[in-house]
Amino acid sequence: MDPSTSSDITLDINGEKHALLVDHRTTLLDALRERLDLTGTKKGCDQGQCGACTVLIDGQRAVSCLQLAVAAEGRHITTIEGMAEGGQLHPVQQAFLDLDGYQCGYCTPGQICSAVAMLDEHAAGWPSAVTGDVRTEAAPPELTPEEIRERMSGNLCRCGAYVQIVEAVTRAAAERTGTRPDGIAEKPADPATEVSA
Amino acid sequence: MREFGYQRVFDVSGAVAQLAAEPGARYLGGGTNLVDLMKTGVERPARLVDVSRLPLGRIETREDGGLHIGATVTNSELAAHPEVRSRYPALTQAVLAGASGQLRNVATVGGNLLQRTRCGYFGDVTQPCNKREPGSGCPAVAGEHRNHAILGASEHCVAVHPSDMGVALAAFDAVVTYETADGPGGAPSRGELPMADFYLPVGSTPHVETALPSGALITGVTLPPAPVAAHSRYRKVRERASYAFAIGSVAAALDVREGSVHEVRLAFGAVASRPWRAREAERVLTGAPADAAGFAAAADAELAAAAPLSGNGYKVTLIRNLVVAVLTELSEGASR
Repeated sequence: MDPSTSSDITLDINGEKHALLVDHRTTLLDALRERLDLTGTKKGCDQGQCGACTVLIDGQRAVSCLQLAVAAEGRHITTIEGMAEGGQLHPVQQAFLDLDGYQCGYCTPGQICSAVAMLDEHAAGWPSAVTGDVRTEAAPPELTPEEIRERMSGNLCRCGAYVQIVEAVTRAAAERTGTRPDGIAEKPADPATEVSA
Repeated sequence: MREFGYQRVFDVSGAVAQLAAEPGARYLGGGTNLVDLMKTGVERPARLVDVSRLPLGRIETREDGGLHIGATVTNSELAAHPEVRSRYPALTQAVLAGASGQLRNVATVGGNLLQRTRCGYFGDVTQPCNKREPGSGCPAVAGEHRNHAILGASEHCVAVHPSDMGVALAAFDAVVTYETADGPGGAPSRGELPMADFYLPVGSTPHVETALPSGALITGVTLPPAPVAAHSRYRKVRERASYAFAIGSVAAALDVREGSVHEVRLAFGAVASRPWRAREAERVLTGAPADAAGFAAAADAELAAAAPLSGNGYKVTLIRNLVVAVLTELSEGASR
């Protein structure tokens, strides 16, 4: 490859370092799928409109199709392959399985990565476009189905599994805060699952 | 996509020196618009100068009580900032009304101001477009233009600026700060442009969008103190409930005293080649009774200059109704 239009880079993916030579035109999405065999991340529209390629970059959700691989060097990248821990599915993964949060499954890795980071954003008190009062002195927004739909609107599902996706995210959110979906406290929050923002 | 060089820079002087040395280079922020346009061939830079790791990622309170927002602050960070949420709530609402969580986490304030229009002819390299290829013509004037400009356009271009954030920044008199390598001996030189002067009139040069000097790097945006902004709202109309560009939007701030408008700020989105500050409406409203009839009269005064095309006249009515709705809501006391 022409050294003026390619670079040797190291990508940190799911805690593992991967050295590779990339043409600068390579997106993070293509590097994951075509070079590193991490095909869990899906290519949908390839133009930032569908969310199928969502991964976490330094813990924040982002579409990997608009991220150049060379510009992702030095960032901690988490893909769907890195969500489970110690053979245990992530609670969001388990909720999607239990509540049928998909039909064909193509958008699912992106939906799950997006939901995992979205729950962190909500826990940090971030408002959304449907939050009635965004002022800091207002109460933090409750994660209602309307809030979930707005916050997950960057992930399209062409099968239309949205009803179950909202249910799965609702359950995962309730598990995280130790409340049942009906709002009744179930167990004390585990400090290990609290997220600092 | 055309092959390109890539360089990561860690200080502003290094960044502006790179662009001064290589005019075909472009700054890369979050890349959410630039990378997309490179894929379709609309943008063909010879080199990307990655400015995403410059030390411009902070929001600071200024001595005068205003805020300075660094150029690499992401949309998400801006929207979530406690001072922005409390003192300029319409800015938080505008940012949150744009794009998706994934894009807002990456997109930067500097890049947001410089994003390109979503006019379909601009994005399609097989079509003529005066903005992309000066002198080639504008098919939108007689073609697909239902989401195009009703104010400030010309026969050469009727595209709209897509930013939501910029509409609130225009309403709040934001000032864009930048640096160039134009100092003595190529030394860094600083400049600033108020939002009112940042975007140039379309005229016969729609490809020249801003007053930024060649090679300039946006370093941040300064928000002057504006007590009226604490009582502000952004409302956006689009063709689906979320994750779509506006077909019309309004940022407004209102201070009513004894039934009259003491101070008002008003800007429109998706109606012009830039966020449209509605100064005529503000002039008519100031001192007038704060009621629906007064709000409508002010909107009409601003929209008297509207020149809709055959297929986008609905925007005149849409903006008028939005102005009345948002100002009515603000006058009724709810600051949201």
